[in-house]
Amino acid sequence: MNFTADKWKILAALTVMVVALTFVFPSSFYYRVAALIWISAFTVIGLNLLMGYAGQVSLGHAGFFGIGAYAVAIGPVHLGIPPLLSLIIGVLLAGALAFLIGRPVLKLKGHYLAVATLGVGILISMVINNEAQWTGGPDGMNVEALGIKSLLKSMGWKVKTAKLWYWITGIVMICGAWVALNIIDSPTGRALRAIHDSEVAAKVAGIDVPNYKLLAFVGSAMYAAIAGAMLAFMNRFITPDAAGFLHSIELVTMVVLGGMGSILGSVVGAAFLIILPQVLADLQHYEHMMLGLIMMIFMIFLRSGIVPSIANKLKGRAA
Amino acid sequence: MAELLQFLFSGLTVGAVYALVALGFTIIYNASDVVNFAQGEFVMLGGMVTVFMIAAGLPLMVAALCAIIVAVIIGILLHRLAIEPARGASHVTLIIITIGASIFLRGLASIVFDKQFHSLPAFSSDTPIHVGGASILPQSLWVMGGTIVVFMMLYFFFERTKVGKAVLATAANRLAAKLVGINTSMIMALAFGVSAAIGAVAGILVTPITLTNYEIGTLLALKGFAAAMLGGMGNPFGAVVGGLIVGLLEAFGAGYISSDYKDAVGFIVILLVLFVLPNGLFGKSSVDRV
Repeated sequence: MNFTADKWKILAALTVMVVALTFVFPSSFYYRVAALIWISAFTVIGLNLLMGYAGQVSLGHAGFFGIGAYAVAIGPVHLGIPPLLSLIIGVLLAGALAFLIGRPVLKLKGHYLAVATLGVGILISMVINNEAQWTGGPDGMNVEALGIKSLLKSMGWKVKTAKLWYWITGIVMICGAWVALNIIDSPTGRALRAIHDSEVAAKVAGIDVPNYKLLAFVGSAMYAAIAGAMLAFMNRFITPDAAGFLHSIELVTMVVLGGMGSILGSVVGAAFLIILPQVLADLQHYEHMMLGLIMMIFMIFLRSGIVPSIANKLKGRAA
Repeated sequence: MAELLQFLFSGLTVGAVYALVALGFTIIYNASDVVNFAQGEFVMLGGMVTVFMIAAGLPLMVAALCAIIVAVIIGILLHRLAIEPARGASHVTLIIITIGASIFLRGLASIVFDKQFHSLPAFSSDTPIHVGGASILPQSLWVMGGTIVVFMMLYFFFERTKVGKAVLATAANRLAAKLVGINTSMIMALAFGVSAAIGAVAGILVTPITLTNYEIGTLLALKGFAAAMLGGMGNPFGAVVGGLIVGLLEAFGAGYISSDYKDAVGFIVILLVLFVLPNGLFGKSSVDRV
């Protein structure tokens, strides 16, 4: 396989998509939904490194997402730390927490790993829900602006919030994909794939398995924290739902739906699960039923994910 | 002392419910290797269907029976329509399917029933019984007694009946079970049905105390899963002990530490236990053949 050529193809495709969509979007609403997709896609790319490459599942990544989001909310409001510095601190905190719990958690396998990561995610969301004096509890809290808009304004450049965040999140997402693709196409990436195929074989080949798993876990947690911070800055408001169990499940579903180990799939999976509720919103009461039904149908019939399934079809036709 | 006893009573009551949910998990896991996150929905269905059947004028016992039958049918449908077609899929895929099923059932319940909280009348009396300065509701005794009866029945089923042994054989080695003439697909459907019935029983027993609503399944499923893991996945005895431990920890945590973090206590303990014993309290450590 030629990863280097594939890498530039994928990055080019993502860039073309982000730029081209701006020509067809009729209203701010579309920019907003697309920005939400880029944010989720960014998280999912990180999580895909852990799930699709290192082969470790996490049912608690919304917790790290929440840490990033609440760091930029709490920092400026309660501690007087500037927004950008709060973001960095939040991402480092998420990384540090992942590092601390990663080693014992990643020793577990299969369903035990699932329940442990689930527990970590739930504990984080409980802290956010209960420490109301810091986080506003279940009602959520306001987030101070990052200040990019006013900076642009002072330079005489007026831009709509939705459009501005479309570009910021789009560019960050492409950068995230670029970093992930570079990791995949490096000795580290090959080590991770070896672990996915067989931990024992990887160990025998001299790969430091626990360290590489930990690396993927910490990296994906930091991806999630950055995405959480972006969401908080964009919405200027954050609620504990961002760190909740259901959000963790959505993220995992995006990974599997788009295709494990596929960067392009991460974006497709995120787009699918963000757009779906918007479409179903017209059905009001039936929204949840439909969501559950579609999750089941896709997992039953498109097990390997949307992008790999299509890729296989195309390959089959060519051959 | 009275305080301690009070926490013990409430802990055992909730713990018994977690134990039933964990038992449901265990039966399905043993037969099919699937962790069924829709397990909590069976508990919800048990309570909700009974409430609405009683509202329709049926006596409690008939309503409860109807609720169990509804849960069993849905459990079997879940297996036939969602789990069976996805045979051979990865663990994560199966987890997402059962979570999809739980979201679906929750949505369905919110339409068929409503989004209100509902209660059931207590089975015998509402007057608390006083024991050593603490008090316990008669319904709590029903919950604990019900859990013991269910456990005994399961024990009898698995140890003394041919069908029960077939389930155990399927759990031990599906291929070998098939080779000796066991209809493994049928056995798995049976496991889903039995597990759904247990969930529904839990829901019917506990609704007079904790109320029910279309959303109660999620947290119950998570805690039941945690309890099953704590006891060691696949071990019915471990599931019951795990459930009781989680219930007791919650009650004591809420009483002595902070009621805000009541739900957290169970998960903290599970993390600590898994760090020390990666296969749970009563799980066999497995050796993988490479």
